[in-house]
Amino acid sequence: MLYTNLKHIESASEHAKIISENENVMVICGRMGPMCIPVYGIAEELEEEYKHVKFCDMEFDNPQSSVIRNLPEVRGFMGIPFTIYYKNGKVVKATSSIQSKAQVTAILDKEFAVTTNA
Amino acid sequence: MNTSNHYDVIVIGAGPAGLTAGIYLSRAKLRTLIVNEGVVGGQLVLTHEIANYPGVESISGYQLANIMKKQAKSFGCDIKANISIIDIALSDDLKKLTLSDGTTYTSRSVILTPGGRSRTLGVSGEDLLKGRGISYCATCDGDFFTDKEIVVVGGGNSALEEAVSLTKYASKVTIVHQFDHFQAFEHAVREAKEHPKISFLMESAITAFNGSEKLESVDIQNLKTGSVENFKTDGTFVFIGYLPNTEFLKGKIEMNQMGEITVKPDMSTNIKGVFAAGDSITKRYRQVTTAVGEGTIAALASADYLHSLTAQN
Repeated sequence: MLYTNLKHIESASEHAKIISENENVMVICGRMGPMCIPVYGIAEELEEEYKHVKFCDMEFDNPQSSVIRNLPEVRGFMGIPFTIYYKNGKVVKATSSIQSKAQVTAILDKEFAVTTNA
Repeated sequence: MNTSNHYDVIVIGAGPAGLTAGIYLSRAKLRTLIVNEGVVGGQLVLTHEIANYPGVESISGYQLANIMKKQAKSFGCDIKANISIIDIALSDDLKKLTLSDGTTYTSRSVILTPGGRSRTLGVSGEDLLKGRGISYCATCDGDFFTDKEIVVVGGGNSALEEAVSLTKYASKVTIVHQFDHFQAFEHAVREAKEHPKISFLMESAITAFNGSEKLESVDIQNLKTGSVENFKTDGTFVFIGYLPNTEFLKGKIEMNQMGEITVKPDMSTNIKGVFAAGDSITKRYRQVTTAVGEGTIAALASADYLHSLTAQN
């Protein structure tokens, strides 16, 4: 069980629904361990600032997390969490293992940049 | 002076020591700001289960840290997390802190509780291949290395105990250690030495990690002869100890050779109005309970210091 304050994705169908209904989605797939918890914490901190991004987590040991573990983008990953960034349902970035806040915000700012009309 | 950015006490670090200080100070109606470069809870959030915290039979570090955070906030403590410290000026009576978002804060007293972190090797390829064959956590990533040949770096208790635990997955474990002897307890050394899957490269050090998409090999230098061997491996686990997060305090406060802050029994440092507690101070035992105790002492001593300033004026 992931006892974070993020939206928990429990099934493959829920995962499909979330990435189809939200333009920008970050899913952290991990356990409650030292490499994962800092990334959940960063996502919790950023939820307020990045309101245009849906922040979620999913248990790595949930068999249905195969929707993430079997992605071609995570081939070669050997460290949790697997963090996946979806834009309009498509994977635009994936990272393996612990990340800093600066690394996460750099991806969010690049991949999920807010366009404003002049 | 911008009063909204002036606090009675600024606490650097939101692990158990810093949060405890925040709880005590805020409850004493002292305006307190806790600033933390990482996630609130520090090393505590990384502990899977805590079963020796008095009064609590069993709790995860993450949950305990969140309760401490909630307590501190309920008494009015301000907390800023995941933000970098650009500068800290401690020597004057009015202490000054500058953060990466450009904000500046002042206070009459500072409590330093920056904690510590796992040490990395800092060699070529380490950043690139982290999570792609390089790991710092056996329980997190061990199962990715089922039936693979791996390297464990280090010679302390963590390294030897984790090497043995990794034999559940790996087909072969090679321990690379820089000295000709281990710092670990004798029972941990014996268990590793007697394990059929474990072999040793002593007086050796990894000088580079090689691979593009994933780790393919490491360069291992024999520290006696200087010769370097390319060693094929699927994974490397690094357990080379602990480093206090005190780089930003270098030259600003008295520390020992390990970078740990020197404190007196009341947690005061060599700078007036500056106190320190938790894993970043000179001490032998690093436990949540000791950090909480030191955080309490530092908060009470800091409050005394502020009262003495008021009494003088």
